[in-house]
Amino acid sequence: MKRVTYTELPALTTGWLALMGSLLAVVAVALGSVLYMEHEGHWVTGMTNQVVWGMPHVFAIFLIVAASGALNVASIGSVFGREPYQPLGRLSGLLAMALLAGGLAVLVLDLGRPDRLAVAMTHFNFKSIFAWNVILYSGFFAVVGFYLWAMMDWKMKGAYKGAALAAFVWRLILTTGTGSIFGFLVARDAYNSAVMAPLFIAMSFAFGLAAFILVVMGAYAGSGRPVAPDLVTRMGRLLGLFCAANLYFVAVQHLTALYMAERTGVEAFILAGGGLYTVLFWGVQVALGGLVPMSIVFSKGATRCSVRFAAILVMIGGLAQVYVILIGGQAFPLTLFPGMEVSSSFQDGQVSAYAPSLPEVLLGLGGFAITLLITVVGATFLRILPDSLAAE
Amino acid sequence: MTETSRREVLKGAAGAVALAPGLTLIAAPADARAPGMPATPANRWGLLIDTRKCDAGCTACVDACKTEMGLTGHHRPLTDAQYLRKVNVKDPASGKAHSVPVMCQHCAKPPCVDVCPTGASMKRADGIVLVDRHICIGCRYCMMACPYKARSFAHEEQTNQREANPRGKGCVEACTLCAHRVDAGQSPACVEACAAAGHAAMLFGDLNDPGSELARRVAAEASTRIRADLGVEPAVRYQGI
Repeated sequence: MKRVTYTELPALTTGWLALMGSLLAVVAVALGSVLYMEHEGHWVTGMTNQVVWGMPHVFAIFLIVAASGALNVASIGSVFGREPYQPLGRLSGLLAMALLAGGLAVLVLDLGRPDRLAVAMTHFNFKSIFAWNVILYSGFFAVVGFYLWAMMDWKMKGAYKGAALAAFVWRLILTTGTGSIFGFLVARDAYNSAVMAPLFIAMSFAFGLAAFILVVMGAYAGSGRPVAPDLVTRMGRLLGLFCAANLYFVAVQHLTALYMAERTGVEAFILAGGGLYTVLFWGVQVALGGLVPMSIVFSKGATRCSVRFAAILVMIGGLAQVYVILIGGQAFPLTLFPGMEVSSSFQDGQVSAYAPSLPEVLLGLGGFAITLLITVVGATFLRILPDSLAAE
Repeated sequence: MTETSRREVLKGAAGAVALAPGLTLIAAPADARAPGMPATPANRWGLLIDTRKCDAGCTACVDACKTEMGLTGHHRPLTDAQYLRKVNVKDPASGKAHSVPVMCQHCAKPPCVDVCPTGASMKRADGIVLVDRHICIGCRYCMMACPYKARSFAHEEQTNQREANPRGKGCVEACTLCAHRVDAGQSPACVEACAAAGHAAMLFGDLNDPGSELARRVAAEASTRIRADLGVEPAVRYQGI
């Protein structure tokens, strides 16, 4: 294997300043949105007593799920020994931590009491998957941080394999925990299924790799470093496989539910009569975010440009998928009286309307900005990016 | 006065409540808990609601709940808190309709308590499920988990709060089974209001006390629990649905 030279991104160039300035501006706007929502209270958002988790959670869950997936590139190189991916291991680790930080920031800033974060870090109900996730997410930073150190410091070479394996196992457990947030909800027809854990893992593979491809291509185009077209199309084909895995688990999720008489209502809602949710499911999640990118990356004429386009589609499809799961699943009414027609002043028996408010969307976009900010700062001050990803 | 005799006096006081001149409600007396004494698993407070006696047009229980708990609405039905609501239930096959008061069901195995990351959602020893507003971080996972949609989120700054129900913007809240009244040996406000309205569709008592009217009726008469299939063992039972 050829020797890889890693160098920092040059700081304070015009492009670097413009990028950092833009990202900081987005973060500032997001923080302003948080201030507004927290000061006024959540009634100014689209969230209600029926749809209790909204757009911030869509962004947060997308980023958290993508975080564990972004680490896959490093794992493929180290745990599975695929050489072409090894030079990208450092960026993979950094981006994974950055995505998780962005997602967690959004999640925490949408809490009713974000000032009580310390309470969440000191009071643990170990029967709660949320509490476990606090530990899994914190641990992810420690494990991946150590892995990154082992990748970057030759004196730590002895710890490299062990750290790689630990990070890979940790990321699988972490996404199992994220999926189980929904899997463990016994009362919601749209959730409450063991398939949510592997589904989320498949989602993470696709979203994480799509984010990684876009960051690699953006960083190399922006810094004028070469990338071998073969490497990009290779990652594109892998992305296609992950999309297929995601679609497979989506099929299992819905076919299993369709088989249960009690769940035909929610399935008919999502798959056929749910309006926006149905359009998002078939049009954006399945077609634009799954089938179209697969056809692009597996076509013989796939180029860097088309792979980039496919990755963007996977990101959009992923956001739609999380939206359908999260908002669609809550919009469908809880079944208190199976087989009965119900109504009340508390929207019982009704499909709940949800319209995301601007501050919610801005907070979510702030999560993306935080992710990129951390990635750029990391790649500026640490030797993260190989000088060249050109073919030998 | 000894501890026992003081309780007897309180029992008697709780048993007969003068509602208006000439109208006295005889309610099942409940033991008042002495100050400093913890709630005990010897009690399992619960309700029996007979929907056959519940008038669909009556909102006495809901109104009493709002007054007792200081729930000031903002004319925003999607975000205003409701601890107790009347659900209109109709069997599409027969056309038979019921009005069903639904509140926190004070489950023996509450999903809200299971999922709460900090332990803010908690169950007292006597089975009353509460939210500790000091450590609720407002994540709303309990609202996702509750099978009864019994919880509300304080979507705005709260005013006109009642001493017995301190509320905070950004925290989750729900029916407390009027724990403050139960501890004082009284029935929940909704139960009292229902009786005062002349329906007496709600019966409060101790499911663990075989001598209580609630336990006797639950043992002798058919009753059901909403979503009994989930196995969360609610303390609220219904008749007529």
